[in-house]
Amino acid sequence: MGAKNNPQKCLYCGGCVGVCPVSAIKLDETRIAIDNAKCIDCSACILICPVGANELVKGLKE
Amino acid sequence: MTPEHFDVIVIGLGPAGLVACRTLAEKKISVLGLDRKQEIGPPKRCAEGLGLAWFKRAKLKISPEWCVHKIYGATLFSPSGSSVTLKSKKLQGYILERKILEKHLAMDAVKKGAKIIAKSDVIEARREPGRVFLRVNNGGEEKQYSCGMVIACDGIDSLIARQLGLNTTNKLVDVDSGCQYEMTGISGYDPAVLNIYFGTDVAPRGYAWIFPKRKDTANVGIGIGGMQKETAKYYLDKFIASRQGLAKGSVIEANAGIIPVGGFLENMAKDSLLVAGDAAHHVDPVHGGGIGIAMEAGILAANVAAEAVHKKDFSEKFLSRYNKLWYETRGNELKKKLRVRHLLEQLSNDDFNYLADSLTIEEVMKIASADLDKPTKLIILGKKLVKRPGLAKIMLKYLN
Repeated sequence: MGAKNNPQKCLYCGGCVGVCPVSAIKLDETRIAIDNAKCIDCSACILICPVGANELVKGLKE
Repeated sequence: MTPEHFDVIVIGLGPAGLVACRTLAEKKISVLGLDRKQEIGPPKRCAEGLGLAWFKRAKLKISPEWCVHKIYGATLFSPSGSSVTLKSKKLQGYILERKILEKHLAMDAVKKGAKIIAKSDVIEARREPGRVFLRVNNGGEEKQYSCGMVIACDGIDSLIARQLGLNTTNKLVDVDSGCQYEMTGISGYDPAVLNIYFGTDVAPRGYAWIFPKRKDTANVGIGIGGMQKETAKYYLDKFIASRQGLAKGSVIEANAGIIPVGGFLENMAKDSLLVAGDAAHHVDPVHGGGIGIAMEAGILAANVAAEAVHKKDFSEKFLSRYNKLWYETRGNELKKKLRVRHLLEQLSNDDFNYLADSLTIEEVMKIASADLDKPTKLIILGKKLVKRPGLAKIMLKYLN
């Protein structure tokens, strides 16, 4: 799997960065950068996102 | 390239970081403030309310430039729609225009001797013998800095403290998810007070708010517990659609954020590192407000950092006095408030309605500020909740 951010929905609050247990996400001004090599598919970033901008997507780790 | 050296580098320039820069500059400590964003201030992740007492604590001027609207109290709406209003000196405050306040805080810090650079992303923070080394991307160009110590005020998405060995990650159960629109062309709220709405349908494990900035303009937002089925935005849109006065309005700004309401970090110091503000989870666990608390923490961290510079001692052992100072100044009070939060999380709509109908607003305020005296507690538990032993039991458990 792996996590993906939808920039159209995202408000760049960094909430997902704050709950990511493996520091796989970084907020770059107006871009959420997800390092899927580190992602452990825990869904924390999806459950916390105030606007539903993150989702788990198959095949992002290859 | 020899890195440019400062005594202290503050990373993240929100309220905590800016006040830390100002405080250090006032003490003639060489200080550099770095912020990742292209502009100090926006985007806000905040409802912008600040109580009067905090202005004094943070040495903040009450200026019409950033204090855009005076507030005289609060109205709390229960799930059934009944409401209580309290206006008191203690509840007075201002709704800020934060982007303007923060620009002014930055100018003030620079006037006092700090250096500040926006659009500066710290790409590496590393301890070296006797100093901290930073690699910074400043608008595409790499800069290198060194310092005696770092104060990390880089918010909920803090990675700096994590890089330097202090885990600031939030657990899902300890955060609220928030969404807010600044709206204009709205009506149907009392512009003299903070309007707060409770109910599991409105905002599960949280509340909705209307913080007035003008008669027809307000921050309309919602904070919900961190693990709900729907998003905060879903509940906010629903809240707005259900109120005619809001539904007809226009959105002029969309904000989001998560709120670290589950208690501050037990240890906020490491070798050459202090943490303040959202990064240290410095938020009031009952109402989720954090501007004042963050600034207070920023000042304390700066005071300890200044001592460390004078003593040339940046060890965790020395810097730990920040933890102690924090507990004495605000931490112990926030610990008590965390228990109140845990109480609120247990209450059903029915409980809320019952309490709203049976308690006086003074009693509610005493509970909310974790300041419940024995006689009041006896009246609440012994008289007002006699018919609701289950509720009394929950209250007793958390209000010790």
